[in-house]
Amino acid sequence: MQKFQTLTAVAAPFPQRNVDTDLIIRIERCTGMPKEELGKYAFEMVRFLPGGAENPEFVLNQRRYRGAQILVCGEFFGTGSSREVAVWALASMGIRCVIAPSFGQIFFNNCFQNGLLAIVLPQAAVDALAQEAAAPGAKPFTVDLEAQTINGSVRFDIAPRNRKMLLEGLDEIGLTQAMEPKIAAFQAADRKRRPWIYPS
Amino acid sequence: MKTLFDKIWDQHLVEDLGDGVHLLHVDRHLMHELSGQRGQVELKKRGIRIRNPELTIGSMDHVVSTVPGAKGGNFPWADKMIESFRAEGKRTGVKIYDIGEDGQGIVHVVGPELGFTLPGTTLLCGDSHTCTHGALGALAWGIGTSELTHVLATQTIVQQRPKTMRARFEGKPAHAVTAKDLILALIGKIGTAGGVGYAVEYAGEAIRGLEMEGRLTVCNLSIELGAKAGMIAPDEKTFAYLKGRRHAPAGALWEQAVAHWRMLPSDADAKFDKEHVLDCTTLAPQITWGTSPEDVIGVDGRIPGNKPEALAYMGLAEGKPIAGTRVDRVFIGSCTNSRLPDLRAAAGIVRGRKAAKHVKAWVVPGSWRIKQDAEAEGLHEIFLAAGFEWREAGCSMCVGVNGDLVEPQARCVSTSNRNFVGRQGPQARTHLASPATAAAAAIAGEVVDVRSF
Repeated sequence: MQKFQTLTAVAAPFPQRNVDTDLIIRIERCTGMPKEELGKYAFEMVRFLPGGAENPEFVLNQRRYRGAQILVCGEFFGTGSSREVAVWALASMGIRCVIAPSFGQIFFNNCFQNGLLAIVLPQAAVDALAQEAAAPGAKPFTVDLEAQTINGSVRFDIAPRNRKMLLEGLDEIGLTQAMEPKIAAFQAADRKRRPWIYPS
Repeated sequence: MKTLFDKIWDQHLVEDLGDGVHLLHVDRHLMHELSGQRGQVELKKRGIRIRNPELTIGSMDHVVSTVPGAKGGNFPWADKMIESFRAEGKRTGVKIYDIGEDGQGIVHVVGPELGFTLPGTTLLCGDSHTCTHGALGALAWGIGTSELTHVLATQTIVQQRPKTMRARFEGKPAHAVTAKDLILALIGKIGTAGGVGYAVEYAGEAIRGLEMEGRLTVCNLSIELGAKAGMIAPDEKTFAYLKGRRHAPAGALWEQAVAHWRMLPSDADAKFDKEHVLDCTTLAPQITWGTSPEDVIGVDGRIPGNKPEALAYMGLAEGKPIAGTRVDRVFIGSCTNSRLPDLRAAAGIVRGRKAAKHVKAWVVPGSWRIKQDAEAEGLHEIFLAAGFEWREAGCSMCVGVNGDLVEPQARCVSTSNRNFVGRQGPQARTHLASPATAAAAAIAGEVVDVRSF
């Protein structure tokens, strides 16, 4: 998995509440398209007008936010469907960090499986960052995962395991497979406790 | 001192990874041909074998055609996906319930129907509505492709322990107020982010009064509450529902399992991190008006003005009664409301009546078995005589990936779970409601209070 340590990049304000994963990527795009091609379909329902032209009002179509790698989002970003394709689509368009007051929980877990940093901050702190990103002549943001800061001053909390996974680019399957003896021991004891769980 | 959630979580602990993160055993895993197929491909690419193929089953639901008599997908890519899922299941020893087979259907319908879902189990699936299975007293939630691959490889999941919430549904709901109305009312009250960070236990007189199918509907919408999981304590109804089902334990194992299951309900003095109470006695049938499940009112209510963008998308005006809004499509189906009692409730409204001429109404049973049982009761004849379509089992128009879509700007009263922008098709306008309310809308040609039927 791609490591995440420090990122300095343009941040785009996207304060809409309840942005669901259906909006991030339509279900028709979840049918086997290679991950790296998904970016052009991210947010397609709002990014393009019905005729296919770019919607000039959509934030990531505005010149200053093209190439943004940080999204400052509204409450409950990534709600809804479990489709990990939503995270792949964001990653494919270059997004590496999403900041919001809260996230859909499956989406949140999916982010950390793909080297994308999801940061939860109180609404007021997110509002302030969104304002900063929207201000004329806004500078790129710097997200430092090691120090757990945004622009040197805004501190964020993160679960230690998620932090370590991203900093070191760890693969969860490999880590768990290394605990195979514990899994085998659990099942051996559990077969006695709850034999009906295991078809013979 | 322990909640139902605590008991199940603690019984599945393989390893404490620190800071509230635990490695849990996964007792049951469900796959469908959309997310499951992707997981199979990822696993194969990495050269990893499935650790416990006997603890996973699969079914075809998302991309299958629901056209009467269909035996595959509606598109070549869908047929390819179905074939790949089928072949990989065979190669790895995972039982796949195939099209036209007893056991095929929406994963969240067939899991309980087959007795694969059991009380006290951890159950995962690459699908957000996996929370449905909590209705049987399981701890169940949806996962993405990476976590799905992890489950196949290790039969475990790494997870942060959520907090606990209890939602008590007090009092007896009035006539025509169904499980769907109860849970929509709670989402309206606490919002779609109201459950973020929590595993929710549904309790109270109104929940205990529900049959298993109604409880499945309640738990199904836990994800629309933002919750990690939703669950209901198992009781005699749960045991009676499960007894004799294909994957359920039998004989001495059944007795042993039931004894274990009786110990699962939350202790009387168990503490929850949060409590909500909903008075069910005054509720009207519910219907959504906006583009989030929290945008919900009683069907006798007026359209609020607090979300102008949602109203613009939905083509509605603030202050007007929701009843009387003209409807183009009606969809009765999905993992929320496609079970036999749902179809009976809809048929009860439809019997002897005709759908309005301008309404295209569909009934899509949740499983192959439900379709057979409904036909044995003659329900399909009631729907067909009224001008409804009676289709093959699948997810269909809830998510539309098989091509079952609502036309742009058309208005659909749907028994599904999401009224998001574009969910049922680009620019489609969705109103979530119960099967009875949806059936009534098809007859009236507009949103209508089913209590007047």
